[in-house]
Amino acid sequence: MSTVQYADFKSRPFYGVLKPASAVAHLIVAEGEGAQAVMDLIAKAPADFASKATLLYAEGPYVSENSRSQALRELGFARFHTSATAAAAVPRLHGALDRLRMGTEVYLTGNESALSLFVKACTEAGLDYQGLQTEHRGSLARRMQCVHCKGITEDVTTQPAECAHCGLLLLVRDHYSRRIGAFQGVNINAEDPSDVPPKEEIFR
Amino acid sequence: MGSTASLPTFKDGTYRDDFSFRNSPESVLRAPFPFDKDEYMYAVNMELHKDGRPGTAYEQPIDVDEHYLAEMRDRALVLDEDPLRCQSLPHMEMAGWDTLELLMECKANSYPDSFSLERDGDQWHWINRPMGIDQRFTFGDATTLPYGPLEYITRQAQGDFVVLDERANNLWMDAGMVTTQADWSLDFDIGMNFFEWHAPVPLAHEKGIFERAIKYLLAVQQSNPARRLNWTMTVNPRLDTSPENYHQWGPENTHITPENVADKLFLRIELQSFWRLPRSNAILFPIRCYFLSMRDLSTVPKWAKRMHRVLNTLPPELSSYKGLDNFRGTAVDWLAQFDDGSPTTPGPFPD
Amino acid sequence: MSNHAAIDVIVSEVVEVNSLIKRFHFKRRDGGHLPAFSGGAHIVIEMQDGEQLRRTPYSLMSSPLDTSDYQCSIRRDDEGRGGSLYMHREVKPGMAMKISPPANLFALDLRARKHLMIAGGIGITPFLAQSSQLERTGGEYELHYGVRSAQLGAYLDVLQERLQHRLHTYYDDQQQSIDFDELLSTQPAGTHLYVCGPTPMIDKVLNTARGAGWPESHIHFEHFAKASPGEPFTAELSASGVTVEVGREQSLLEAIEAAGIEAPYLCRGGACGQCETRVLDCDGELLHEDHWLEDDERSAGEKIMPCVSRFKGKRLVLER
Repeated sequence: MSTVQYADFKSRPFYGVLKPASAVAHLIVAEGEGAQAVMDLIAKAPADFASKATLLYAEGPYVSENSRSQALRELGFARFHTSATAAAAVPRLHGALDRLRMGTEVYLTGNESALSLFVKACTEAGLDYQGLQTEHRGSLARRMQCVHCKGITEDVTTQPAECAHCGLLLLVRDHYSRRIGAFQGVNINAEDPSDVPPKEEIFR
Repeated sequence: MGSTASLPTFKDGTYRDDFSFRNSPESVLRAPFPFDKDEYMYAVNMELHKDGRPGTAYEQPIDVDEHYLAEMRDRALVLDEDPLRCQSLPHMEMAGWDTLELLMECKANSYPDSFSLERDGDQWHWINRPMGIDQRFTFGDATTLPYGPLEYITRQAQGDFVVLDERANNLWMDAGMVTTQADWSLDFDIGMNFFEWHAPVPLAHEKGIFERAIKYLLAVQQSNPARRLNWTMTVNPRLDTSPENYHQWGPENTHITPENVADKLFLRIELQSFWRLPRSNAILFPIRCYFLSMRDLSTVPKWAKRMHRVLNTLPPELSSYKGLDNFRGTAVDWLAQFDDGSPTTPGPFPD
Repeated sequence: MSNHAAIDVIVSEVVEVNSLIKRFHFKRRDGGHLPAFSGGAHIVIEMQDGEQLRRTPYSLMSSPLDTSDYQCSIRRDDEGRGGSLYMHREVKPGMAMKISPPANLFALDLRARKHLMIAGGIGITPFLAQSSQLERTGGEYELHYGVRSAQLGAYLDVLQERLQHRLHTYYDDQQQSIDFDELLSTQPAGTHLYVCGPTPMIDKVLNTARGAGWPESHIHFEHFAKASPGEPFTAELSASGVTVEVGREQSLLEAIEAAGIEAPYLCRGGACGQCETRVLDCDGELLHEDHWLEDDERSAGEKIMPCVSRFKGKRLVLER
């Protein structure tokens, strides 16, 4: 198993900068620090943009009504919903996608884990991922699927990292599956289990 | 092609536990040796899959050899443990039927003594004598088969099978039966496009290999299949070198010694072919694995000599990606005794 | 890939559909079944028109699940290079011809939650095959079909019976037209759009869809340019060491083939990119007619698509 990592790894998702599109309607899904990306988007958009837009915002765990939600609320979105976390926002996103019409531009922003969940929900609703706008804001902590036991470990920040399900020590690869919404983790010391490399905090 | 063939006596080897897999001398000579030169680098080594050379693995479009039954037993064991090795995204049902038709037609045409297919409209009758299967079913109706069409027929065909959907000038790995893979996971890669599932391969992206390869593959049309060869090396004749159970077979990579290298280290050859499927417009991508031990290679002077040179000059990135670093030196040392430094003849075939 | 294994066929039937369109049926000469195909596929028909060998692509309109014969509907084009005129005037039942195996550059995206099809005139043919396919395999779809008049609307009866309420017909002579803005802003998420017909209609649909925010990956169109006749010219083929004369009614690709040089092709309509050829020297003007090259590639003048594009000037050297 290669440990070589390349700057432009072809399966690793790349994120852009949200840009207001010419569209009939807009669906924006944001998590945590993605709030600022939404502000930046609105600042670039025509005046009637927010009135044609729905915003689903996951403010982060254990926050009741933080200043970010307050600021977003004031932007005048046609519909505005808050959720505690990205995972909690997903059922609401599925509901919005069920009612969505073609010609609605979809904008996704937040940390790497949140983007994984949002893109996965959109593709499950029949949208091609190439038509989605994404912008990364916040943590680079990864969702990781253990290739051995198939369990998904959330918020992985170290290299290597332990699988939260089977306990194997995993190399967190750049190889990424959009269908699963996770990076691949592969046992790092299979050839010699006594060789335990130190963990480094690299996905922050 | 067009000529028919008879199957050899099947061998009883295993690909796990006691690893009793062995090639007969005939089986060594017919293998698709992957090196046509004394050194190796990636290339778009694609050619039309036709004009099968008699006495080689290329003779019939879908090759069946002496390891057929042993390989099918191994596949069944893998699937018992991990059913996720065969998957098909919902839109790939039609491509599964296309695959079933192609494999049944090829086998029945190539080996009429062993396989037969009778079609009366959508009422089909398939006989696989080596596996003792006699199946009547309705083409297009999955309820008339014990498995889905892709799984049904690939439980009866050697090698892995990946089915690629064509969309937006790209190929998408949307279905497959993968139990004899060189360390990649269908469960993880399913749904990816051509560039994404090749992401872990070093050097080839930079060399533009995949851009050229996909242009060639998108042009593959019905009745004009294409093929290429790939290779790696495997410790023990283990067909199922999957990432899923890497933690189980990985330790074996450190077990090669000068004493056991001849019989324990294998050249793993992949004969890959590409077939345009008619009703789904998908491309079927069979990846057929052939094993040659270092001792098998030493029975063909040209191959032993060339294998020595290829391993000796392999770029380090490729050696690392293919997972050869633990034993490459040991193999080079053992093969050196067969290399007198004299030139080799062009092409891959034995002298 | 150039060496298509041609299929020997017999013209089994020729049916006059209306004053402009004839339908041709082909059966295998050896009596066997033709290859199965997918809705949207085309074949390339070889026509030995006197000295000249033409190869022209036509969509298959018959059911992909019925391989006893192939059917193509061909509209007579009095201004074209003569392929459709040859088919209309010369091709009779019982004639032996050669066709290519089917190839598909306009396939359904089978992941679609819904297929939205828009056809104008003879652009209906791929949708006839695709709707047969969907009737058998399932899948939600609807078809919007613009025709000049009830008399010139080919296959309205067949489609009416097959699609019923999913067919929407628009008659030019009754001043009916498709409201693309309305149609393209009311489709559920996961819909894929398919359009085939005259170039202005395709352009209008594409512009409306893009303007309404449809992602490119949900938009599919069949934009076969037909090679047009033009002034004769000369081309030097450097790799083959041959100079070819391209006649008024001939395409550059046909002239290359007539010189016995094998060149790759697939669609012969400027859409698939297979015949792309490097221009080594050009003293004159490349007359690009394809839908393949990007604008910057055209202005660079280093590539040409010989299936549809031509040349005007003193000297043209190709890497072929």
